[in-house]
Parts: sequence; structure tokens; C-alpha cells
Amino acid sequence: MNMVNNLKKTALFAAFGLNSMLLSLAASADEFELSGKVGFEQRYFAEKGQYEQQLEHSQTSIFIEPELYWEWNNGSDTFTFKPFYRQDEYDNERSHGDIRELSYIHASDDWELRAGIRKEFWGVTEFQHLVDVINQTDGVEDSDGEDKLGQLMLNLSLVKDWGIIDLYLLPGFRERTFVGEKSRLRASVLVNNNNISYQSSAGDKHLDLAIHWSQSIDNFDIGSYWFHGTNRDPILTPVTEGNKVVLNQYYNQMDQFGFDVQATIDDWLWKFETIYRTTDDDDFWATQAGFEYTFIGVFESFADVGLLVEYGWDSRGEGDENSSGASVQNDIFFGSRLAFNDMQSSEMLIGLGADLDHNSFSFLIEANRRFGESFKVSLDVRLLQSTDKKDLLYGVKDDDHLQLGIEYYF
Amino acid sequence: MLNKQIITSLFTTVALSIASYSANATPLEKQQAEKLGLEISTQAKQRDIGWVDNTSDMLMLLRNKQGQESTREIKTKTLELLDDGDKSLTIFNKPRDVKGTSFLSFSHAVGNDDQWLYLPSLKRVKRISSRNKSGPFMGSEFSFEDLSSFELEKYSYNYLGDEQINGLDSFMVEQVPVDENSGYTKRIVWLDKVEYRVQKIDFYDRKNSLLKTLTYSDYKQYLSKYWRADSALMLNHQNGKSTELKWDNYAFKTGLSESDFNRNTLKRAR
Repeated sequence: MNMVNNLKKTALFAAFGLNSMLLSLAASADEFELSGKVGFEQRYFAEKGQYEQQLEHSQTSIFIEPELYWEWNNGSDTFTFKPFYRQDEYDNERSHGDIRELSYIHASDDWELRAGIRKEFWGVTEFQHLVDVINQTDGVEDSDGEDKLGQLMLNLSLVKDWGIIDLYLLPGFRERTFVGEKSRLRASVLVNNNNISYQSSAGDKHLDLAIHWSQSIDNFDIGSYWFHGTNRDPILTPVTEGNKVVLNQYYNQMDQFGFDVQATIDDWLWKFETIYRTTDDDDFWATQAGFEYTFIGVFESFADVGLLVEYGWDSRGEGDENSSGASVQNDIFFGSRLAFNDMQSSEMLIGLGADLDHNSFSFLIEANRRFGESFKVSLDVRLLQSTDKKDLLYGVKDDDHLQLGIEYYF
Repeated sequence: MLNKQIITSLFTTVALSIASYSANATPLEKQQAEKLGLEISTQAKQRDIGWVDNTSDMLMLLRNKQGQESTREIKTKTLELLDDGDKSLTIFNKPRDVKGTSFLSFSHAVGNDDQWLYLPSLKRVKRISSRNKSGPFMGSEFSFEDLSSFELEKYSYNYLGDEQINGLDSFMVEQVPVDENSGYTKRIVWLDKVEYRVQKIDFYDRKNSLLKTLTYSDYKQYLSKYWRADSALMLNHQNGKSTELKWDNYAFKTGLSESDFNRNTLKRAR
């Protein structure tokens, strides 16, 4: 009897021990989370393209961007994996995948170590992101340069009383993506995705370096950096390949100094960005500056209306026989941001950009709204006008289009 | 701002004077009403000092007149600072399209707060203007000022009398915002006499008509001192919409420090 009781006790004890072990394991176990979005995009071009082979009016595509996230040690260690893939109806270049993020972060009290493929954004202005330099532009996603490719990096971030210092080692360079011949929103001559050349003998294996400082002082948020490595902007040179002319990509080495500041004073946001870039081919300064003013609760509603004005200048100017110049060299931008502050977070942005050296302008409307709990619908309109053959917009002057996006978040 | 140590030293005298005045049934002189209103509010604030830091999960249920619902899931971390306004980090989990968006705020009792917003899809930290106090928070019936911490300097006060509310004997205090950017001409606040917990608030719009009523329910005590409601309901009388708040996982003195509130933690917050 006693023995049975003892056995029972032992069994109970063992069960209890196992139970608590499992419980503690579960408690210390990694937190895992799967989220992300899938989307459908429909473009409609009002006119036929300027070039043969270009799709005529309609372009459909779908994409998926899941995010897998693990965390342990109470969030001090995290791991994120965010792949992306888009399938386009016509353009094989636009049908593409990318690892947007595959990174490990260890966070301590006053420092962080981030390793892997990541995205880093710098800057304060809205119509052009001059100082944003770490990630390469994913040019097939959209023509506005807002989409970026993941960049492999080792980043040590130190939090000091006098600001945050970020040190970067950037091994491995990503070439810019360009749309294929069937796509609209491209120049007359196609960019060759082969025969890419580099100034550095290391090619796309060059180890780039950057150091960035940021600090908030009273109403001012300041950022400044120095970058040394492969220029993210390729030099495009026309060459004859077979019976076709194509643009070959060449990436030189650059040193770039960047500085940005935003002053937040009542309803005003004053924004300023500048860069100085030096390469073996040219040296230049460029600046983007302006303001944003917000009217709160207009017409006795809850809607806010923001007004934006920015000006872009580049010391390279508009270009001549010897140099290609800059795309934003004497350009002015006006915008209005309308936030309805409703349950569906309805928003609208209207923007107008005008090149003061050429007779060209671009106009855009971006509107979006949430439907239900998990859908987001966006409607974009882009109008492009140019009568000057030397202007970069001339190549896309017939590409006015409407774009409908439906995204489902999970 | 008023030093919280001074408030602490006021504590005993305040409690005594309130006890004697509330027994007084005759209408009060204007000066007396102001003094009492401030004393009651000071007492409420004084009882809620010293919690050091706090984390909680908040669920927001937005309902319109047709009964359609929308959910917001928010996590907050707050650090109490005795010589300045609190520092807080607000992390959005739902709706899904704003998941990972986070908001860093350094509040100040006087002047504008410092606020930054992190947009995960762009990996961008934006410093934003904090002047928009009257605008709706995430499309709800709460405005930004409704959700900011209570600081004595934000209002002038008037004691209006006593009333039973939620079955509790309560003080009725009128609070007139000092800030001209406030969306209200006044708030009328009911605080129960035993624990000085806010039971109900009536909000009056810029035209001085009743706009909203906020009622708190299911108060629980933490660390044997600090009272927090489990839920609250904001009803908008003018548009028929309502927003319900439900709090969960309240924790105090979790070991947060100033190093948990900067651009880096803002970008990392989940």
C-alpha cells in the first residue's frame, strides 16, 4: 500500500516536474508572428505608348509580401524575414522577387547590433529623397523611386547623450532594376541588365562604409552622414548591341556627405536636405528644401489639410553635350495632403511638380481608404507632360495612367 | 510646471479642507469654488504619483450609428518623470494595415509635446506637429487631448457641488482648458469622494454645447495604491458614435528607463 502510494507520489511529482518544465519552456519560448499582405494592382494607360512593343492600355499584376518574425529574451533578440514577389502580366523584368528583410537585431540598453538584409531610410522631404542613400531603388516597382531593394549590412547603433551614431559595413552591392521593353514609363532606349561595369575592381563585392549621426535638439531634428562606396545611381551609356541600341550601366565609386534638418514649429514643418557627392566623373551639390503647413479641422470637420511646397536644386544643372545633368535641377513642387481622420483612415495626396528649365510637369493624386478591418484600396492618377525633347519626362509624356490597388493584410 | 513634491506637501491640508467644505450646503463664493476645484484636482493627481512606469494593452471598439464596428489594438509603455511630463511609446497592432506603426511622445505640462511617428512600410521616422490636440485619435471618438495624461497646469478649476455617480458620492469639478488649441470650452469631471477616481467626464465643444460623455467602469487597484479602470465608454451625443476602451495586462514598475524612449526603440517597438 505504502509502495503504491509512494509510486503515485513519484508519478505525480514527475508529472508535475515535467509539466512545470514544459510550462517554463513555453514561457521562455520564442514568440513567433506571421503577418504581411497580398495585393492586386491594375494600371490603365489612357494613350498608346510612344514605342513599339510597349503594352497598350491595361497592365495587371499581383504581389505577396509576408513577414515572419521571431523574438526571444524579452524582445532583446529578434529575427525578421520578409520576402517579396510580384508577378506582372507583361513585363518579365517587373515580375521579380526580392528579400526585403532577413535580419537579426540584438538590442541592449544603449546600443543595438543589426545584421543581415535591411532597409534604412534617411531624410525629411517628401518630393525627392536626396539624402536617402543606403538602399538601391527598385525601379520596376514604380517610377517614383520610393521602392527600395534590401541591402546586406552590419550596423552598430550607439545611443549617446549627444545623439545616435550608426556605423555601417555594407558588403555586396545591388544593381538598380529597370523595366523591360513591354513596360510603359520607360525611356526610348532600354537599359541593359547585362554587361554591367564597375569602377572598383571588386565589382559588386565592394565593401561600402557609412557613418550617420542624428539628434533632436528642441524643435530641430538633425541628421548628417558620410558615405563611401559604390554610387547607387548608374551612369547610362548608349552602345550598339547587334542591331539595337541599349544603355549600359556603369557604377563608379563615390564619397557623399549628407545633411538634413526639420524644424517643427507649431503647425509648420520646415524641411531641408543637402548632399555633396564627389566621384572621378564629377562633383556636385544638390538641395531639396521646403515646408509643410497643416490646417486642423477644416470646414468644421475633423479633416486636416496640409500644404506642401518644396524646391529642388542641383549644381550640375540641366545638362549639355558633355554631361547628362540632373533630373531635379531647378524644380518646384506643390502638394496638398488631405486626411479625413475617419474610421477608415481615408487620405488623399495631390502633387504637382514643374521643371522650371523645361516645359514639363507631372501631376499626381494618391488616395486610399480602409475597407472592413483588413482591406486597403488605393487609387492613383499620374499625368506627365513634356514638350522638350531634352527633358527626361519627354520619354514618358504619353504614359498618363490610373492605378487601382487592392491590398489584403493578414 | 508645478513640482510634484510641492503637491505632496499639500496633501494633508487639502484633504482636511475638502472635508469641511463639502459639508457646506450654501452656494460658494467664486474664489472658494476655484480654490476647492483646484484642491480636489490636486488631490486626485497627488494620489496618482509614484507609479514609476507602466505598460498595458488597450483595445478600442469604434461603433457608428448603424452599429458597424471597427477594432484598434494598441500597446502602451509609459515612464513617469517627476520634473517634466511623461515619456510614452504607443504601438499599433490593429488594424493590420498600420501594424508596427509606433508613436513616441515626450509630453510637457506647458507648451507643445515632442512627438515622432514611425512608419514601418517606409522605415521612416517622422517628427510630427503636436498642435492637433482636438483631432480624432485613429478615427475614434477620443481626441489626442483626451488620451494625454492629466496635468494640473492644463486647466483652471471650479468646484460645482456633489452628486451621486455610479452609486458613489462624488465631487463635480469644472475644468476649463488653458490651451487655446483645445477642442473644448470646458469639461465637467465627477470624482468619487473616497478614492478621487474619475467616474465620468462631460465634454463641451467650442460652441459650449454638450459634445461627449466619458464613463469609466471596473476600477482595480494596483500596488495597493493606484486605481485603473478596466473599461471606459465615450459617447458622442452629436453624431451618435461611440468608442469603448478595454484595458488588459496592466503592469507597474516594470524597469523601464529613459533609454527605452528614443528613435531606436521607436523603430524596434512591437
